[in-house]
Amino acid sequence: MSAAYKLTHLEQLEAESIYIMREVVAERENPVMMYSIGKDSSVLLHLAKKAFYPGKLPFPLLHVDTTWKFKDMIAFRDRLAEKRDFDLIVYTNEEGREDDVNPFDYDADTYTQIMKTDALKAALDKYEFDAAFGGARRDEEKSRAKERVFSLRDKFHQWDPSNQRPELWRIYNSNIRKDEEIRVFPLSNWTELDIWQYIYKEGIEIVPLYFAKERPVVKRRGTWIMVDDDRMRLEPDEKPEIRTVRFRTLGCYPLSGAIESSASTLPEIIHEMLVADTSERQGRLIDHDTAASMETKKQEGYF
Amino acid sequence: MMGQAALAESRLRLPLALELERDVSDIEYMNDYLAENEQTELLKFLTCGSVDDGKSTLIGRLLYDSNKVYEDHLNALIRDSRRLGHGSDELEFALLADGLKAEQEQGITIDVAYRYFATSTRKYIIADCPGHSQYTKNMATGASNCELAVILIDAQNGVLDQTRRHSLIVDLLGISQVVVAINKMDLVGYDEETYERIRTEYLEFSRSLGFTQTSFVPVAAKFGENVVHSSTNMDWYAGETIIELLERAPVSADADLEQFCMTVQRVHHPSEDFRGYSGMITKGVICPGDPVVVLPSGHETRVERVVTMDGDLEAGFAPQSVTLTVSDQLSISRGDTLVSPSYTPSVSDAFQANVVWMANRALAANKSYLFKMGARQVTGQVAEFIHRLDVNTQARESCDQLDANEIGLVRIQLQRPVVFEDYADDKTMGSFIVIDRISNETVGAGMICNHQDTDSSAI
Repeated sequence: MSAAYKLTHLEQLEAESIYIMREVVAERENPVMMYSIGKDSSVLLHLAKKAFYPGKLPFPLLHVDTTWKFKDMIAFRDRLAEKRDFDLIVYTNEEGREDDVNPFDYDADTYTQIMKTDALKAALDKYEFDAAFGGARRDEEKSRAKERVFSLRDKFHQWDPSNQRPELWRIYNSNIRKDEEIRVFPLSNWTELDIWQYIYKEGIEIVPLYFAKERPVVKRRGTWIMVDDDRMRLEPDEKPEIRTVRFRTLGCYPLSGAIESSASTLPEIIHEMLVADTSERQGRLIDHDTAASMETKKQEGYF
Repeated sequence: MMGQAALAESRLRLPLALELERDVSDIEYMNDYLAENEQTELLKFLTCGSVDDGKSTLIGRLLYDSNKVYEDHLNALIRDSRRLGHGSDELEFALLADGLKAEQEQGITIDVAYRYFATSTRKYIIADCPGHSQYTKNMATGASNCELAVILIDAQNGVLDQTRRHSLIVDLLGISQVVVAINKMDLVGYDEETYERIRTEYLEFSRSLGFTQTSFVPVAAKFGENVVHSSTNMDWYAGETIIELLERAPVSADADLEQFCMTVQRVHHPSEDFRGYSGMITKGVICPGDPVVVLPSGHETRVERVVTMDGDLEAGFAPQSVTLTVSDQLSISRGDTLVSPSYTPSVSDAFQANVVWMANRALAANKSYLFKMGARQVTGQVAEFIHRLDVNTQARESCDQLDANEIGLVRIQLQRPVVFEDYADDKTMGSFIVIDRISNETVGAGMICNHQDTDSSAI
């Protein structure tokens, strides 16, 4: 009898994530969900719908649009938003847009700082959000292994890794001063495999770029960069070619590396992932500098 | 001594990795695999040891030998091993586990880090806890969500004060399964007598603790011996490897199905025609029609629906997150607890608890703090210090405050009654955190032990 009353690891992770989201909504006045359109965001959104069923989401989604996202991502985002079961805020750093801050004339760090990190901080300030859900997982990167589920940010949105609140049992401390905020990571304990399995089990819709397809690409710094629109600046010796590729992570198209793959279904992607020898973030050019890069970015207020 | 090449060759895959030669177009096989892998259980355990016991090396080894280290991480490891690894050509497995920059520079782990790996039967979450004496708070934090502890002992040193301290905190946090890894066996010539001596000494001292299952494994983590793969240097040891012990350790003991308990996280009232109570079931099973009592008010009602987005459930059970609707219009709010009529936890505004203090400013009597228990925050204070516990000797001393990283038994007086149980009987209903009202910091953690005789020998 009791065997029937056991949860699998995915069901347990789901129940814990729902619990975390409900805590935030019960305790904070003005939460928001940082929505990146990627697969982790898709899982986060699905869990949020479960947490607040049968109601509409009690918080908006915030997408920081750098203006350099893949066309497919924006189309996917807008199609989801049309269903109107959540409110969507799209925020762009207009100053950066006017100054034409782009991933070609600026190095990846500067570009990310201005169009992503600064934009996010400005959006959080503008709408006075006091809690922000993010889809970060602890298994993604070494410095994230010590991130709390509820992570305090000061009034400058900065993270102090040496001064984190102890987090015990399932008792989360969301008490903050005015001007501070809490970043909340309901997927902290999920691994990449968990995410894919959950997408498969629940039939969650994800951006088609995750599936292999013939796409126009150029080889750059050892990875395939997709020529997503005519703003892509080609080097003199570069000529786009058609390859069957897919993306393991999505971001700004000039900075997101594709892998050659024929995996066009979820089981194929999961199979490929299990035998892959390259970890997930390698496709993101922004992380290539130093081992401690993410730690530095986070202290500055990046996700 | 093994070089990098030999180590890489010795790296075997655990069964999780698919049979690689299988054709991926065999969808049926993939579906079977996914269905099977969906059924795996979750085990959370912590690792604790002193600075030099080789704990990070052990974890690095678990990740590496279970194939959880990807190629680019491995390249970084080889690079960092050369940079930080004191000049040798061997891989420093500890670098896989050591996270933050400051820690790598200091060569110690200073905060709880979480690691993940999987086999074909289980998903594991490791709470990697620092061992240095001033970090009691980190051990308590890591242990609070775990079902098992791996305690490392350096075979060269045997049972130290730190070993006793770690074991005591593990016991205090209610963990009853312990795996003692006696590490660095290579440095004591793989000597069986040394292992036996440490084992006997540990059993002797831990007799007073509440462990129900204590296993010992002789290990040389640096070479992966008896971590995932058996050692050929210790034929005298016929027992299991660390991973084998983890694979068969019981997860979440069968709960009492009769006694239902759920604390309301949130009143869910999205429209005029729906009012539900959302929360995580922490005990037992609930079905539509079941009577429930609302605590602390004591009102009775019946459950009408167990609502989830996947459809109403015929039975909700722990630890599912659900939304319940009830048949009567009662005043139920966040922090109230719904229980079966047969289940009668305590309802009171005062109790005794063991408190682990975590802030630099001492815990003082008659100072107001916020006590957060489940979904309730109540103002209260310490009315009496009963004793402080010396974590090295288990001796009790009288005290009138608790400093950082000290543990003491205190009597707490709250401004409102709360629903609770002894921590030993129910971790969820028996635990709380202490929040400073001005800084908002989490300054302490408590475990209720109300029914305990203060003179008894158990903590």
